[in-house]
Amino acid sequence: MRNKVYNSFDEAVADVPNGSTIMVPGFAGPGTPRNLIAALLRQGATGLTAISNHPGAGPFDHRVDLGALIEAGRVRKVVCSFTAAPHPSQATHFEKLYNSGQAEGELVPQGTLAERIRAAGAGIGAFYTPTGVGTELAEGKEHRVIDGKEYILEYPLHADYALIRAYRSDTFGNLQYRLSQRNFNPIMAMAARVTLVEVEQQIIALGAMDPDHVHTPGICVDRVVHIPPDGIHEEAIYRD
Amino acid sequence: MPQKQRLTRQQMANRLAQEFQDGWLVNLGIGIPTLCSNYKQADKQIIYHSENGVIGYGSICPRGQEDHHLVNAGGQYVSLVEGASIIHHADSFAIIRSGMLDLTVMGAYEVAENGDFANWKTQGRRGGGIGGAMDLAVGAKRVFIAMQHTLRDGTPRVLERCTLPVTARGVVKLLATDLGLFEVSEAGLLMREIAPGYTPEEVQAVTAARLTVADDLKEMTV
Repeated sequence: MRNKVYNSFDEAVADVPNGSTIMVPGFAGPGTPRNLIAALLRQGATGLTAISNHPGAGPFDHRVDLGALIEAGRVRKVVCSFTAAPHPSQATHFEKLYNSGQAEGELVPQGTLAERIRAAGAGIGAFYTPTGVGTELAEGKEHRVIDGKEYILEYPLHADYALIRAYRSDTFGNLQYRLSQRNFNPIMAMAARVTLVEVEQQIIALGAMDPDHVHTPGICVDRVVHIPPDGIHEEAIYRD
Repeated sequence: MPQKQRLTRQQMANRLAQEFQDGWLVNLGIGIPTLCSNYKQADKQIIYHSENGVIGYGSICPRGQEDHHLVNAGGQYVSLVEGASIIHHADSFAIIRSGMLDLTVMGAYEVAENGDFANWKTQGRRGGGIGGAMDLAVGAKRVFIAMQHTLRDGTPRVLERCTLPVTARGVVKLLATDLGLFEVSEAGLLMREIAPGYTPEEVQAVTAARLTVADDLKEMTV
């Protein structure tokens, strides 16, 4: 099986063109592909559309996440479940650009966001969900009553690139995540045309991973990079 | 008449936690709801579900003992209980929407007597923060809300109809505020319990919906 190991994040993101749609996982820290984001920032691609639960950091948080690309003006649109922070004191870089009309936002309930991503990776054309019925977000959407319950129609979210953070990988890109790091990673890895992965542990040999313990199969992965000692390692405290 | 005493945030959470049943799968929202898990109930086993795919999380980790791969929906480092499991985000919301969740407890800006509530968009702000609230509201078997009864300036938040964009319609079952415990019923809002020292008339005066007072109205004990 093909060896998908790249030596650097810069090589892994080199071909991402301007105007790409990227998927960025992570939930309150764990599972955020900070090294790939940092590399994309250096690479310079702009006019990006980002699909992510949260638009990332604001002035209150200096960790590298989607907020860094937004602050640098590289993102024209974000599809997420928070276009505004719960409190103005937590306002993100995105919110500032969104409020001034410099960036677009599409607000999607978190479960609908996850299912739209899953649908893209699962070859589903659209699906009916009860989430959002009777709210502002259902306006203009197709409604349908099924077995007496009302649903709205939602469409899949595809991407050109998924930036993934995993705990372990073999050279073919079979992935394992650890604890709540998993979040959006497995579904985003399947929904993008090209899937790039940053890996916390040393990349292991083909055959060294128990097939029953693979969370994302290598056939869904294109490039894997081990996070070097001078990479972004904030999630390096383990108890296992 | 005892001294007037509004409930603290922890007391509101405790009161709702008293309603939890043994074996329930429960999702706690950010803010007051998170405090429900501090209420120790040795006779009940509650399984806590978090949007990010954690089923069976335990207490908040003391600083220095956290596992940096494990947070709850509020971003707090948590422990796991024995028998916990981890799933991805789409499966986590499949569990929410499919009715496996016995209860969700959320905060709100407004609750209406018809069971509507609003908690994602405030007046005059562009955009909003929905997170998992809309999915939880339509998916869970029960929705409990914990919030302050009024704004700081005394403006009521318990209303006949919501003024802010709603999160879901007709789903709220039980509301704990700093002034009482209210059940959403066919007849509107039923005040079952009241904060120490308050009269029903005083609570009605800061409520913009008609309250029905339970025949066996109790003083809240938490």
